[in-house]
Amino acid sequence: MDRIDTQLLETIADLHEIPAGAYNIRKNGAGLSRRSTANIEIVPKTDKPGIDIIVAPGTKNESVHIPVILTETGLNDLVYNDFYIGEDADVLIVAGCGIHNAGDSDSQHDGIHTFHIGKNAHIRYIEKHYGEGDGKGGRILNPVTVVEQAEGAVCEMEMVQVRGVDSTVRTTTAELAADAKLIVTERLMTHGTQEARSDIEVRLNGNGASSQIVSRSVARDSSKQIFHPNAVGNAECRAHVQCDSIIMDDATVSSIPAITANCADAQIIHEAAIGRINNDQLIKLMTFGMTEEEAENVIIEGFLK
Amino acid sequence: MLKLEQLSFQVPADGTNLEIIDSVDLEIPTGSFTVITGPNGGGKSTLARLIMGIEKPTGGRILFKGEDITALSIPERAKRGIGYAFQQPPRFKGLTVRRLLSLAAGESLSKDACSAYLTAVGLDPDEYLNREMDASLSGGEAKRVEIATLMARRAELVIFDEPEAGIDLWSFSMLVESFRTLVGEDRRSVIVISHQERIMQLADTMVIIAGGKVCQSGTRDEILPKLLGEVDGRKEA
Repeated sequence: MDRIDTQLLETIADLHEIPAGAYNIRKNGAGLSRRSTANIEIVPKTDKPGIDIIVAPGTKNESVHIPVILTETGLNDLVYNDFYIGEDADVLIVAGCGIHNAGDSDSQHDGIHTFHIGKNAHIRYIEKHYGEGDGKGGRILNPVTVVEQAEGAVCEMEMVQVRGVDSTVRTTTAELAADAKLIVTERLMTHGTQEARSDIEVRLNGNGASSQIVSRSVARDSSKQIFHPNAVGNAECRAHVQCDSIIMDDATVSSIPAITANCADAQIIHEAAIGRINNDQLIKLMTFGMTEEEAENVIIEGFLK
Repeated sequence: MLKLEQLSFQVPADGTNLEIIDSVDLEIPTGSFTVITGPNGGGKSTLARLIMGIEKPTGGRILFKGEDITALSIPERAKRGIGYAFQQPPRFKGLTVRRLLSLAAGESLSKDACSAYLTAVGLDPDEYLNREMDASLSGGEAKRVEIATLMARRAELVIFDEPEAGIDLWSFSMLVESFRTLVGEDRRSVIVISHQERIMQLADTMVIIAGGKVCQSGTRDEILPKLLGEVDGRKEA
């Protein structure tokens, strides 16, 4: 690993060294290094690119890191990662992709992540996307996330696009059995001429299922964003969808939250807001001695935190 | 400490210029507690905003500690020691009370330091330190946090624009106490825009502004009794 690799890993997975616990580091379309533990097994797929991550039932307080880095220009990396989380397990999964594109061809990573979360298991999933490099080539990330939650399973997903991603289409679907709970927090910033689209569909199929989808974004320069979360209540369930965007410069943001109830006992709420940074917020911080630009950055940083 | 010389602020309206602040002369001595009062729409809040630099005057000068600050921006005035509390404190999604206090102080404050400021305004640090300064706080809570940020700022001159607006009675008592602390223990100069007699009772100096002009100014003892319509024989609380 060179300096670019380690910097990318630090940005997307807070990794300063080889992580404790199980991990798989993928670079430029191939596995770089991998470690399984007694409770978490990582097995390369034989029929297509990608890995199976198998977490034994009852595994507690362990983590899996599966960061991906792309440093070659013109690479189109498609990978399938399947997670099998055993009953009653409680684990942290840190994914994420960093692209350094110094060339003139597009670099693209499409990660297809499927989660099979067993009864009463709990996962916390953190995914950060980041792009850099001064080449003309685009940095493209099209993640697909599929979640299946068994009874009582809890899934917390934090999906963050830090900066530097030219084009992204995020597709997330989830199926929740009885008493399962899904919390999705999406934070995204676009700048330049970047485009981002996020489609999330959560189907609450069992009684007592609940979900909270929170999307916060900042669109700067002439970037474009489209959000389309949909919560579908098929049983006695609760769901809350919230989209909140700060729009700046010449950006455009479209928020299309949708809610669907196929059961009279489904309680589903959505709210959406798009607006520029409030002038009083800027003035308040300027009365602390900050310039307008510094104030703006503090507001954005807090909003996306 | 602060001197306003022939300060004016006009806005264009219906083809003419509307005089919001009209040739105001005013001097605020160091370590004083000045209450500015007067009818609504008389120009009080505009005056406060002109002092902080939120509005730019169309005429006159503002001197702070002998320096002409008329052309200085908000942050430049802030760095010279002027602080300003909003009538309606803005809310910030994602900014915790602790972070806001650190931003106000201009340095990363310890948990103990933040807790002390919150305790001083009657907020339980355990409950509020990591709360976000967002719309989930009530008007009274937000106002208390606002005052705590002004304490953390350690500005030499602090301007409060109608601090009593939108707060409950209990918060109001706390507010009066925090003013006592600011002036008494901290020796700051304080300007408060207020309609409240209990705040006026704390004043050394009072200024009445109406129609954009200073109608009267003087000590509390000179102004307050007249204002209350009881020129003679009023017993002060």
